[in-house]
Amino acid sequence: MTDVLSAPLVVEFPFTRSLGPVQSAFLTGLRERTVLGVRTDDGTVLVPPVEYDPVTASELRELVEVAATGTVTTWAWNPSPRRNQPLDTPFAWVLVRLDGAATALLHALDAPGPAAVHTGMRVRIRWAATRTGAITDIACFEPYDGEAGPGQPAPHEGEFADPVTGIAAPARLDYVHTPGRAQSAYLKALEGHRTVGERCPACRKVYVPPRGACPTCGIATEEEVEVGPRGTVTTFCIVNIKAKNLDIEVPYVYAHIALDGADLALHGRIAGIPYDQVRMGLRVEPVWAEGARHPDHYRPTGEPDADYDTYKELV
Amino acid sequence: MRDVAIVAFAQTAHRRRTDELSEVDLLMPVLHEVLGATGLKANEIGFTCSGSADYLAGRAFSFTMALDGVGAHPPISESHVEMDGAWALYEAWVKIMTGEADTALVYSYGKSSPGEVRDVLSRQLDPYYLAPLWPDSVALAALQAQALIDAGDTDETALAEIAARSRADATANPYAQLTGDVPAGDHLVHPLRTGDCPPIGDGAAAVILAAGDTARALCARPAWIRGIDHRIEAHSLGVRDLTDSPSTRLAAQHAGAFERPADTAELHAPFTSQEVVLRKALGLGDDTRVNPSGGALAANPVMAAGLIRLGEAAARIHRGESDRALAHATSGPCLQQNLVAVLEGESAHV
Repeated sequence: MTDVLSAPLVVEFPFTRSLGPVQSAFLTGLRERTVLGVRTDDGTVLVPPVEYDPVTASELRELVEVAATGTVTTWAWNPSPRRNQPLDTPFAWVLVRLDGAATALLHALDAPGPAAVHTGMRVRIRWAATRTGAITDIACFEPYDGEAGPGQPAPHEGEFADPVTGIAAPARLDYVHTPGRAQSAYLKALEGHRTVGERCPACRKVYVPPRGACPTCGIATEEEVEVGPRGTVTTFCIVNIKAKNLDIEVPYVYAHIALDGADLALHGRIAGIPYDQVRMGLRVEPVWAEGARHPDHYRPTGEPDADYDTYKELV
Repeated sequence: MRDVAIVAFAQTAHRRRTDELSEVDLLMPVLHEVLGATGLKANEIGFTCSGSADYLAGRAFSFTMALDGVGAHPPISESHVEMDGAWALYEAWVKIMTGEADTALVYSYGKSSPGEVRDVLSRQLDPYYLAPLWPDSVALAALQAQALIDAGDTDETALAEIAARSRADATANPYAQLTGDVPAGDHLVHPLRTGDCPPIGDGAAAVILAAGDTARALCARPAWIRGIDHRIEAHSLGVRDLTDSPSTRLAAQHAGAFERPADTAELHAPFTSQEVVLRKALGLGDDTRVNPSGGALAANPVMAAGLIRLGEAAARIHRGESDRALAHATSGPCLQQNLVAVLEGESAHV
């Protein structure tokens, strides 16, 4: 078994989203230490509020203010907080029905241990010191043995100065990517400036880069075949837009190149020839930069052009 | 209405990690197995549908890499759901019911090993109120478990018995990842212990569907899909009664599950507490054998575990061990979305 490569793969994105009128009022309210719910047609108060009734789907806009105190409806003790969770010490996940609301909000409860938590316990919001208009403006809940809030939630216009209209929720997930046997072999060969493909045992086609299966026959490819280094331009385009973070002067040529012995063209940049002289059938060879893990570009070999019939199946 | 049946099923031996296998490497053996069982060639399949999730792989359009395994060139009729393969099966069933295909290949796969699946699944939550808090999949299941305990529907001992029964049954399942005498373990998120949670692993599954006489020609005892339906609950967890699953009950009703008792039920309950909810929603009594395969507590390849429930139920009918079986699949936190199918062998259809 070939050794399989692996490498860290980090997927990170800001997840920027705009808010509708109800979510905007709710999250702006949190910034101002005010918790808003929304009243449905039958008088039920939903916290956190939504813009459409989850039962009837009718539009909901009637905002009310509920208390910052409430009752735990269910809980789960988390002995080992994970990255990004609200508290970095052991805490309870809780669903809390705030006083005046009929539904529950998910958040964290700061408590000394599971023995200090039970369904029905009274809690109150602990506000974050710095608030931006996000669910994390509630730092967490904490046990509370004071008076209950007002029974009837008060109507609220939902109007605030400088309302929050969007959120940016950063997300980061860490993976260890393993490309499998075929692609590992391909990448390892490139380290030695060799290009390898794999031949289908049924149709005999050689795939480069190999992905371990023949897309026509739907079976595993296993026979490793070295291809190239020379190849033929099967088709190309002229790039006139400078890409960000790419230090290549425009215009340049991006081509499909059928390496000798391969039944599939791969992609590469063509250099060492004026862009307007690149043509289908041009014979090219790879140029490796110092310490590179793949060819920097391909340049003309000086051979006569390949006859169209020799590569027409690969265009 | 056409009669549609599951005529073949295959799954991988599910493992904690499969670093040496790409997705297509993982899939090809099960694709070849179902094709081999029916004698069909890849280019004879009328419709192909798959289920998987980019977030498991951490790469966009990851399912396209798997398509090489089904021989997608020359062009085939193909579709994909970013969900458990049970929903891909539903799409394929619709395709056959509408007469656009007579056979369908359905497959799904999931490699949880590259990432932290508890965190990865948190990215499917509501991005405004839930995702910024990063509640992981075990934490959300634990909130549901505590709600069940408070309601008197179960307790930690009863949950441990579900875990023990599942892993004991799984010893007869050569594909299962976690079998036999598995300790209850420490609380992962109270009240759920490690033993109440599914193994994390990689795996794949495939089934072939066929209509009418084609099904009879391909399989000695087809598992006829007498009904299939899927339903979803309100998105917000705090709106729902976590001790019940009205969406499962409604899907089951529309699938015809309550017309006659079933002898077998393959329930997609990755956490012990979820089996309690599903048994209640489906009104299952002691005369229904629940998860003889060991269920998702024995092997939970994310995105394939639901399709495997349909496959396991069908395979019992193929083998003559069941006449009428329920198959259930779920997706999302705390049984948010639920699919129920009723499968029958020929002799039960009098």
